[in-house]
Amino acid sequence: MSDEPLIEYRNVGRRFLSRAGAVIACEQVNLTVQQGEFLAVVGPSGCGKSTLLNMAAGLLAPSAGQVFYRGAPVRSPNTDVGYLTQRDTLLPWRTVEDNVAIALELRGESRADRHRTAHAWLDRVGLSGFEKSYPAQLSGGMRRRACLARTLAYEPETILMDEPFGALDAQLRLVMHDELLKLWTGTRKTIVFVTHDLAEALTLADRVAVFSARPGRIRAVETVALPRPRDVFRIRFDPHFGELHDRLWSYLEASVRGDVRVN
Amino acid sequence: MSDADATPGAVPLELREPELGDERPVARNEWLTVWAWRLGIIIVGLGFWEYASGRLIKPFWISSPSVIWRQLGEWIATGELWLHVEVTLTETVMGFAFGAVSGVAVGLALGLNRRLAAVLDPFIVAFYSLPKIALAPLFILWFGVGLTSKVVLATFVVFFLVFYNTYAGTLAVEAELVDVLRLMGARRSQIVRKVILPSALIWIFTGMKSSVPYALIGAVVGEMMASNKGLGYLIEAAAGQYDTGGVFAALFVLMIIATGLHELLKQSERFLLRWREEGHG
Repeated sequence: MSDEPLIEYRNVGRRFLSRAGAVIACEQVNLTVQQGEFLAVVGPSGCGKSTLLNMAAGLLAPSAGQVFYRGAPVRSPNTDVGYLTQRDTLLPWRTVEDNVAIALELRGESRADRHRTAHAWLDRVGLSGFEKSYPAQLSGGMRRRACLARTLAYEPETILMDEPFGALDAQLRLVMHDELLKLWTGTRKTIVFVTHDLAEALTLADRVAVFSARPGRIRAVETVALPRPRDVFRIRFDPHFGELHDRLWSYLEASVRGDVRVN
Repeated sequence: MSDADATPGAVPLELREPELGDERPVARNEWLTVWAWRLGIIIVGLGFWEYASGRLIKPFWISSPSVIWRQLGEWIATGELWLHVEVTLTETVMGFAFGAVSGVAVGLALGLNRRLAAVLDPFIVAFYSLPKIALAPLFILWFGVGLTSKVVLATFVVFFLVFYNTYAGTLAVEAELVDVLRLMGARRSQIVRKVILPSALIWIFTGMKSSVPYALIGAVVGEMMASNKGLGYLIEAAAGQYDTGGVFAALFVLMIIATGLHELLKQSERFLLRWREEGHG
């Protein structure tokens, strides 16, 4: 494995034109993600974190700087990444198993093969027995898990996650964290995880990048030196966790409070 | 792929409450009540009509249920009814089929080709705004008084409704769904087949369902203008002889046909879009 980063943001900025004028989502972003790393990006809502993921996925071009994937600039949809977006993107007309298997179907795998893989993943995310259900028949939490299974099932090299568990209740979220870490330990995929929840970021990630409010800039990047495997239910009581949380919160606080004042 | 060590423990599953066992009898009772009321309305309505005819209003204007019934019986006995029903149904179904198929095809073509759509937009709007029925005389001129002119008219009417819905449906596809598939490496044709088409299907069905009555209108209006067969002709001919009973009888048959067609489409929609039926928001 080389030292070359898997993903690299080099002086990246992105502006959007709206009726109210130009909005700067993020600017002067310099960030690298190593292969096999779990990087969390934390920042207040609307600070352009999703924009960052969209650019790595090749769904959006930066208006300044460049995003590199394996040393090559990203110019078209990046098929090496799996993207778990904030909203449910299950296809409502497909059963859960056909949703989870869709990437394999696109590759031309046989029906039996792709269903076997889909069922294994549905089992892992706790959705056995719902293979033939339609998304509308599932609860929000179950749909989230189905999305996760779909992303993992085709084994993309890198996984981008945009507040994937934001809509879940606190307990279910912890359960999902536990699952995600177990799955990640087994596969060691590169994960870029966007969240507004600092505790979530510290629980999961190897490194945490803190973003300021719009225009989003990186305020700090911190290594989370907590041992693995982590117990997601107890890790927040670890003294080092508290220490990190305090330090990063000080970076985050200013933007979050600023946000409150503006609104 | 091994899933031996990664199997999660008991993950709480929040699912909808199972339906209560005693809900059905309640529902059935409700259903019976609704039908009892409907039947009541029909009986009272027809009864009053029968009573009023000749007592309150001249039968010349409103005929009466018994006369209409006799007229229908006569048409059935002579076989005349089937001849006309067959003609009208053939025109409607053919017009609907041609219009729906071409409407979906052109709607998809333009929906997937934005430049072409932008170029053709004003022409489409112009034709769409035109009351299609006004084209009937022209079609009769071009295609004669036979079946063809009515089929063309019905096709034209259906085409625009289905086309417009299909076109709108392809544009209404959620961009995120398309993006996710693109990242999975889907080819353009796969995206069309697996996302755009199924997503537009709801719209296509809405267009088709609303166009069925219009197909019938196209056929009947065509028949009324120039024809010697079909229910439209039957109405026109009866009215020409001041035979109100005949007019009502033909209208009654038309009503049955229209309701039947609508029901047929509703059932097929229920089957094809079953993923939607079972949903809860």
